[in-house]
Amino acid sequence: MHSNSFDLNIKNISKIEGHTHLDVKVKNGKVTECKLKISENKRFFTQAITGLNYNLVPTTMSRICGTCSSAHTLCSIEAIEKAFGLNVSEQTLMLRNLLINAGHLRDHAMHLYFFCLPDLFNKDSVLDFSEKGIEHELVHDGLDIKESGNFLSTVVGGRAVHPPNALIGGFTKFPGKNEIQEAIKKLENNREKIIRLIDIFSNQKESFKRKTNYVSIVNSDYNYLKGMIKTAYGTVIPEESYGEHLQRVVLPYSTATAFTWESKEYMVGALARMNLNKESLNKNTIKETGKYLKIFPSDCVFDNNLAQAIEMLHEVDNSIDILEKLNIEIKNEKPIAPKIKSGIGIGVIEAPRGTLYYKLELDNKGIIKSADLCIPTQQNIIHLEKDIAGYIESMLKENKNKKQISFEAEKMIRAYDPCMSCATHFLKINWI
Amino acid sequence: MRQKIGFFSFTCCEGCTIMFLEVLNTKYFEYMKKMKIENFRAIKSDKGIKELDIAFVEGAISTESEIRKLKEIRKKTKKLVALGSGAINGYPSNQRNKFDTSKKKEIQPLIKKLHQIREILSINEFVKGDDEIPGCPVDKNLLIKKIESYLK
Repeated sequence: MHSNSFDLNIKNISKIEGHTHLDVKVKNGKVTECKLKISENKRFFTQAITGLNYNLVPTTMSRICGTCSSAHTLCSIEAIEKAFGLNVSEQTLMLRNLLINAGHLRDHAMHLYFFCLPDLFNKDSVLDFSEKGIEHELVHDGLDIKESGNFLSTVVGGRAVHPPNALIGGFTKFPGKNEIQEAIKKLENNREKIIRLIDIFSNQKESFKRKTNYVSIVNSDYNYLKGMIKTAYGTVIPEESYGEHLQRVVLPYSTATAFTWESKEYMVGALARMNLNKESLNKNTIKETGKYLKIFPSDCVFDNNLAQAIEMLHEVDNSIDILEKLNIEIKNEKPIAPKIKSGIGIGVIEAPRGTLYYKLELDNKGIIKSADLCIPTQQNIIHLEKDIAGYIESMLKENKNKKQISFEAEKMIRAYDPCMSCATHFLKINWI
Repeated sequence: MRQKIGFFSFTCCEGCTIMFLEVLNTKYFEYMKKMKIENFRAIKSDKGIKELDIAFVEGAISTESEIRKLKEIRKKTKKLVALGSGAINGYPSNQRNKFDTSKKKEIQPLIKKLHQIREILSINEFVKGDDEIPGCPVDKNLLIKKIESYLK
């Protein structure tokens, strides 16, 4: 019989984006404390952009996070265009959808193949995978899928990390027909591989269910850039009203702050999107994944992995549709020059890990007066801590030992796919 | 003998190691015959800094504990390569060094609370590197060229 009171400290959790530790205290079978101690070093980005000219903002904010750079670029662009009342062309919207799809595809593939799969095969790392058989094939699949996302990001955005072609008002360079056709081919070649991955994650054994709130953008084509904000409790609001529902919460033990929705914890990300908007997935994706889609809405956080795998197929199918339209006609459009005026612009998009909010205030010369950001990982922190506490208590009832509990807690953190570089960008905070 | 490699991220966006991971999309099986990845928290458990042939370091230095870690890496590696502008010149993590007085005053309580050093600096301020690969993020083709020259 093992002890029912102990401390659990996991330092430098691996196979996630960025640096974090987990500290848990257990007394008589109950979790009395559960803290995700994000230790990523702060770089004061919101402070750095105040006083900056609007046209330098997207490339600066992109540097918050290499992994999520397309999301930060596009969300800051949207906020600035809204402040100026600038509407972009249909083609620009199509290219932006391709850029965000490519980012999600690379990012989900990295998370599922390189962070999560080793857990399913009881290995520490893909580096330890066998050089033959299914393990070898899966590493190959993961690399190929990442490469197709990398190729799409590069031909549309100019580069996979910190895309230089995406600007306020449009794009500076455009993919040629050969590149469009090559991207279609690369994406099509990956459909079977993604379907195999979906099947693997549909058989994941881990389970922890909890009735809770989910929040995401919803729309009629499961795009990541525009729509209404919806909650699992049935609230639907326009993007601009988010400030009335979100509250910032200070975590004195972390370099990140957290958020609540109407004073309660909630979850954002692929699971939230799938739970709230699966009917709008690409029709080819729905046709292929019908039996897996029945699992949603799901209250099990580990299904975030399955939701990401299904989203990968959607990103492929949706991108192919857009590329086929662009293959008929793509124009060299000049970016639209904004009419500079003072105002507040709100950008809201679905980043790979959930809803990303930018609120930027500009003066009449186009200089940033203030910036307020709300990052997906910040929104998930409190939810994650409560889930870990609940999961550990359920494992204690099953008499699991400390080593098993520690391993399972890490798996749960990985299922959330947190991004610590993003979570620590901010400044506005009052330390207690 | 495969060369022992480590990747380390300091204060940064981690975009340079992501560029390396993008390079691996097409080079993984070729490189893994020539390199053994010993330290790389993004893809394997962290079991302390190993004895290395090549350490790739990205990001600027913002805390005393980062200084200690960087010096330990230097001690344990034969070759130390600075990846990208953060490691080479501190940018953009060092933006706060040039904040005006009012912004500096505003962030001061946080600097203290988070035990950050007075200015965020490049790795060259603390250790001697053997090579640099510039860019923000690091230039992909140059990265490939350099890695392949080290692995010869």
